[in-house]
Amino acid sequence: MEELIQAFSLLFTPGSELSQIVLLTLKMSAFSTAISTAIGVPLGVCVGLYRFRGKRLVMRILNTLMGLPPVLAGLIVFFILSRSGPLGTLKLLYTLPAMVTAQVVLITPIVCGLSATAISGVAPLVHETAHGMGLTRRRELACLLYECRSQLLSIMFVAFGRSIGEVGAVMLVGGNVQYKTRVMTTAIMLETNMGHFEYAVALGIVLLVISFIINSIALSLQERTSAPEAQGAWSASRGGKLGGGR
Amino acid sequence: MRKTPVKILLVTVLAAMFALFLVACSSGSGSSAASSEAASSEAASSEAASSEAASSEAASSEAASSEAASSEAAAPQNAVLRISTTTSVNDSGLLPYLQPFFEEDTGYQMEVTSAGTGAAIEKGRTGDADALLVHAKASEEEFVNEGFGVERVPFMYNYFVIVGPEGDPAGVANCATAADAFKAIADAGQTFVSRGDDSGTNKKELQIWEAAGIDPNGQEWYVNAGQGMGATLTQTAERQGYTLSDKGTFLSNDAKESLKILLGESDDMKNTYTMIAISPDKWPDTNIDGANAFIAWMTGDKASELIAKYGEEEYGEPLFYLIEK
Repeated sequence: MEELIQAFSLLFTPGSELSQIVLLTLKMSAFSTAISTAIGVPLGVCVGLYRFRGKRLVMRILNTLMGLPPVLAGLIVFFILSRSGPLGTLKLLYTLPAMVTAQVVLITPIVCGLSATAISGVAPLVHETAHGMGLTRRRELACLLYECRSQLLSIMFVAFGRSIGEVGAVMLVGGNVQYKTRVMTTAIMLETNMGHFEYAVALGIVLLVISFIINSIALSLQERTSAPEAQGAWSASRGGKLGGGR
Repeated sequence: MRKTPVKILLVTVLAAMFALFLVACSSGSGSSAASSEAASSEAASSEAASSEAASSEAASSEAASSEAASSEAAAPQNAVLRISTTTSVNDSGLLPYLQPFFEEDTGYQMEVTSAGTGAAIEKGRTGDADALLVHAKASEEEFVNEGFGVERVPFMYNYFVIVGPEGDPAGVANCATAADAFKAIADAGQTFVSRGDDSGTNKKELQIWEAAGIDPNGQEWYVNAGQGMGATLTQTAERQGYTLSDKGTFLSNDAKESLKILLGESDDMKNTYTMIAISPDKWPDTNIDGANAFIAWMTGDKASELIAKYGEEEYGEPLFYLIEK
């Protein structure tokens, strides 16, 4: 309890190491989420929407990569950015961009796989409707994305959660360097290795509280945008039923 | 409708057979529930398993006592010995090398967890170890004074080494002592990677900085890695900087391909290893008999001979030296 109070008071002390760590963590997670969503969602839409040869294989590979061990993702990026690796001259190892890269490698397949599943569930229904209304392909796609917006948002939450709570990859390519690449999870790891178990738990609680606040803000924003029209909820539930029946 | 009860019955029968099979397996390898507990916790040699060992041991002793009425008690009571040690002892391969000899001679089963010295000692404090094998004098004395440890038994030593890039831009190789070498690194503004994890090696490093009269914190060239020795060496190699390491970990790490030992065996880099049995006054359910057996065996003739030999074959020199008695 003492440690928890200590941790929270440190959190709100401007210029303290903990507040710097929290800011860095948020920065890293924001970048990771944004980039992996920017890559993963369009890919996932393509995979979910179009029929092509080897689609089943692609889905299987995606599902496998969704379980990619963070340490492995970290190792791959480590080898690429290492002094002896192909991009060694960039000197990116043990920096924030390196951590974001490793996380993008880790999270993009998750975003891609989940959005492909979400899209393919609703796509046939939207296609039928759009066809009946005589909409263009572009408008049909916009309609589809609009129908899936709540799923896509929760996929972003998954990505963010994965990013903020991930330790293996960022430890490896970030190196847990004080003031430079030390984030919440690696700080917890360090406190554990130093034998400060209570303080490590306190840091973990701080991390959870921050996640909770961010999720709450994002969710309330979403509720506000979708509240005026109940139609969205109606068609989503209908889409789910019909999509599942096929 | 008819089929459902049949299925349930089938599943139940299968589950029962599986349970019987498990019981048969465990009673085949040992004599009581205690041994099956021991075997299962031995199989999972991870850190988590050993931190749970306290509770599983408690459970197993309960099971043993309840069974004592019907059958004989388990052969060696509390055969599992939990050793909490530092990465330098475990990762250099010394304990895995001694383990089979120790187990054969004493009948105890060793469960080793390794962490930085800070965490290794903390596991003694939380009652999750029976004996410690660590190297940080001040923390050890504090630990014993608080009543958690019986006494410090120093028994072997080696030297820390300063490793750095082949070119040695700071000229560490020409220095006489570690303090001089640190001064040279600071003057040249060369990258120095610190463990920064409150480990024995980290504490030694901070002592040397103090002796050199330099406060490295916040300096641009001072990298606080906050990781174990292996990861710190990797980072040092990547950055082509300097660091303080124990010799064993360095020699067994791939970093030795792009770094080399620039200074070793100076008097201010001596590194003494100590064993401490956890006091049964603080944690009555720790395995004090096992801890005493471990300390007695490690300081005995056979272990001394094995330790003195260790590393000669692989690295051409011993990694640890025994303290003359």
